Amino acid sequence: MVSTRSTARTLIRPSSLTYVDFPWIIEHREDRCTLCGQCTSVCPREAIHLAYRRKRQPNFEVFGQKRGSEFGVFTGIKQETRMANSCIGCGMCEMVCPNDAIRPVPNDNEHRSLFFRNLNGDSYKRGGRRNQTGPTLLDRILFDRISMLTDPALDAGRHEFTVTTTLGRMLPPDEFLSRMRQGEWIPPTREIFPFIIGSMSFGALSPNMWLGLLQGVAYCNEVLGLPVVMCTGEGGCPPWILKSPYLKYIILQIASGYFGWDEIIRAIPEMQCLPAAIEIKYGQGAKPGDGGLLMWHKVSTLIARLRGVPPGVDLPSPPVHQTLYSIEESVMKMVQTLSMAFDNKVPVYPKISASTSAKSVLNNLVRNPYAGGMVIDGIDGGTGAAYNVSMDATGHPIASCLRECYLDLVRQGKQSEIPLFAAGGIGKNGNVAQNGMALIMLGASGVHLGKYIMQSAAGCLGNEMNRCNVCNLGICPKGITSQNPKLYRRLDQDQVAERLAETFQSINTEVKKIMAPLGRSQSLPIGMSDAIGINDQAAAERLHIKYLC
Amino acid sequence: MCRLALKTANTPFSPYTVLTAMEAMREGYDGSGLGLLLRGLEFEDFKYDAKFPILSGIAHTKQAETRLDEYMDAHGYELKYDHRFAMKDGIITEPGRYRYFLRAYRMPEAFKSKSQAAKEEELLRARLALRQLGAASGDLTVFSFYPDVAIIKEVGWPMQIGEALSLWDNQIQSRVCMAQGRQNTNYGINLYACHPFFIQGIATMTNGENTAFVPIRDWLIGRGFPGYIGYESDSEVFTHLLHYTLRHLDLPLAAYKHIITPLSIKELDRHPQGEFLKGLRTSCRRLIIDGPNAVIGTLPDETCLLVMDHKKMRPAIVGGHDGEWAITSELCGLDALIPDRDRSLDFQPMREHTVVIPPQRKELVIWSQLDPLPELSYAQAA
Repeated sequence: MVSTRSTARTLIRPSSLTYVDFPWIIEHREDRCTLCGQCTSVCPREAIHLAYRRKRQPNFEVFGQKRGSEFGVFTGIKQETRMANSCIGCGMCEMVCPNDAIRPVPNDNEHRSLFFRNLNGDSYKRGGRRNQTGPTLLDRILFDRISMLTDPALDAGRHEFTVTTTLGRMLPPDEFLSRMRQGEWIPPTREIFPFIIGSMSFGALSPNMWLGLLQGVAYCNEVLGLPVVMCTGEGGCPPWILKSPYLKYIILQIASGYFGWDEIIRAIPEMQCLPAAIEIKYGQGAKPGDGGLLMWHKVSTLIARLRGVPPGVDLPSPPVHQTLYSIEESVMKMVQTLSMAFDNKVPVYPKISASTSAKSVLNNLVRNPYAGGMVIDGIDGGTGAAYNVSMDATGHPIASCLRECYLDLVRQGKQSEIPLFAAGGIGKNGNVAQNGMALIMLGASGVHLGKYIMQSAAGCLGNEMNRCNVCNLGICPKGITSQNPKLYRRLDQDQVAERLAETFQSINTEVKKIMAPLGRSQSLPIGMSDAIGINDQAAAERLHIKYLC
Repeated sequence: MCRLALKTANTPFSPYTVLTAMEAMREGYDGSGLGLLLRGLEFEDFKYDAKFPILSGIAHTKQAETRLDEYMDAHGYELKYDHRFAMKDGIITEPGRYRYFLRAYRMPEAFKSKSQAAKEEELLRARLALRQLGAASGDLTVFSFYPDVAIIKEVGWPMQIGEALSLWDNQIQSRVCMAQGRQNTNYGINLYACHPFFIQGIATMTNGENTAFVPIRDWLIGRGFPGYIGYESDSEVFTHLLHYTLRHLDLPLAAYKHIITPLSIKELDRHPQGEFLKGLRTSCRRLIIDGPNAVIGTLPDETCLLVMDHKKMRPAIVGGHDGEWAITSELCGLDALIPDRDRSLDFQPMREHTVVIPPQRKELVIWSQLDPLPELSYAQAA
């Protein structure tokens, strides 16, 4: 046995790891490799490098006089075994390799590297969403109330469908008429497509991604006739967009860091049109009770200017708004203040993380005449940066929280007044229209999509087996969440816009394909819980829907 | 599908007339139910005063009838007339039909000087209390309690039910008669699920399926109005929505169509009252009906109306002449009711129309949603 004593001190330490300890192992075929170096240069983690290695060939000529070894050199790709450079399985090496010589292979062994995500006393932070695979509860909901013989079936391809939803406070009919008769204020509302691009900030997203989305949204509105809107997230909005006619497709978000609001307030007098709405972020599903986080890697000069901060520093938003003393103070006053800032002509609504306290926030909103809705973000919501422990273990799934809030409104007879929007995990497994419509039938007026849009419109590589998920570090290999021009130049803004338009066209068709067999075409089937069921008795009971088996 | 027939005439006629129209359209229903609603009543053996509320329903047992009498006595209602149908045995197969009743009462003394609204509230309260009285044991069914309205509902084929109750004998005649020939399609067979549905003088019947039933029902229940109960049929919400439009919102009849099937935003952008109607659409978006529906309604002043769903996926036709009009699902039904009319003047409404036969019965009035609503000054563009 060869003694390892001599190498022990340098190679074998408590935190020494080798390939089998990592979630991904690089498989490299030297017979195909041309040593072009594209894989090593594209790798966002510098997880591989081109290595020259010495090769010893002992001479074993038993009868000859010569003894000893001959030495040669070979070149090949070597995978790093340091945590900071561990392979994330993004597969960019494979994407650029001209000869199919390299690919990351998921390791099916247990990953000992999990125990070393705390090096230097740092806790593991990442982007993406809760790492839980398999069908979600939403995936399992079926639409089973089919009108066939009792109703001439609708034709999703030929009939006219109304699939828009209302964002903003809707007065009860008697109140509306009484205010009309007296010429009083009617709260502003917007007719929008029920699938909304949820809050992803200019900063979390690269300029090319953010502008590509906006370009796609404008195309959806102006060419396809789909009134899609997108939310800025907490990062402000480029001033030239604030003063452009595209502002009407944008929901401006204000969150606890108030980033970007200096620019927004200053731009108000010069605005050509009003924004679609104002979203006040109190919480998000990916990390309830925690504020936004833009890590220093991504605070470029541009981002710093937009947000009014110095470049290159971490930007952690506080978990709560500084004005927060009580729900009345925080929610009531902020909603009213923001409504007044825009002359009471823009719907203002809060976004909270799904939790057992959602109902108390909702009940407060019901009593606030300026509140224009509520977004509930479930545990499967994504984020650009958060502590892994928050993402995986903190929060509440969206379906039951949304349903409870909706039924609470129904009990009060106010389900048509405060529209509820659901977010968090919609389209997690690709079933975006099905997931969204299931939530709509549970009582949502619409849904917010974030991760799905990144995946569908820009080819985000992240998944719930923790592939990639390095949005926090600014090294996004597709250029979606990076602020490094070398990386985000990879992402063509026009192509993002094109993919976004394709995505919404397809959602629109699928929504109609779901509505037609249910005999619905005149209005979005909000709260049509008689149309859905699930093959899980406990879930059916909790959601007050049918148990199907 | 099912079939509907309505006749309205200046000269009272027997409900059997309308049953013959139902018979003409027989291919369109399955004999799972018949509902008849009569207004402008005349009885052969009683000079009816249209002020007296009439209680319609079925006592399924002798005990139920006794309980009914006790309730009415206790609450000060004086029985003025108790109509007895000349029953033919062996036709109606449903068990527990002790007594079909149509009874005229005098309101309790205390209500003599009360307002019309207070009287209507009391009549609704009494009807609901009686319905509740029969709810536990299921032995008492009450359809309506209102002046000059009688309702008969039963399971079976229309003609057979007409025979069984001897409706041909001219003991009862009316100026308005509504008939519907099928129970609801999606829920269990139940007497309360037969059309027409009735609340405080307002009645509708429907051919179709309201696929947006559940969210609308939930919303109506949320109003907390005592009469918004039942919902054994998805079509009952049409009646309550008409009631809500006229009584709670105090809107003109022409607004009903704007609530149940609003115009699209694109159409409203060009509408002279577009801003108002868009606002109305938004605040009433939970009341938008869906699915194929032809809705026929009548009001206390004997106004009759017909509206279609937004895609016009159910048939209905209206025709007649001065003094006599009919609305039916099919032309053959109309021919059976009013053969001597000018057929070229028959009208089949499109999606935007509300067809109204005013109480004078001179001519048809056709409103289009694309025209401005009358009598709404605040609705004009600001």
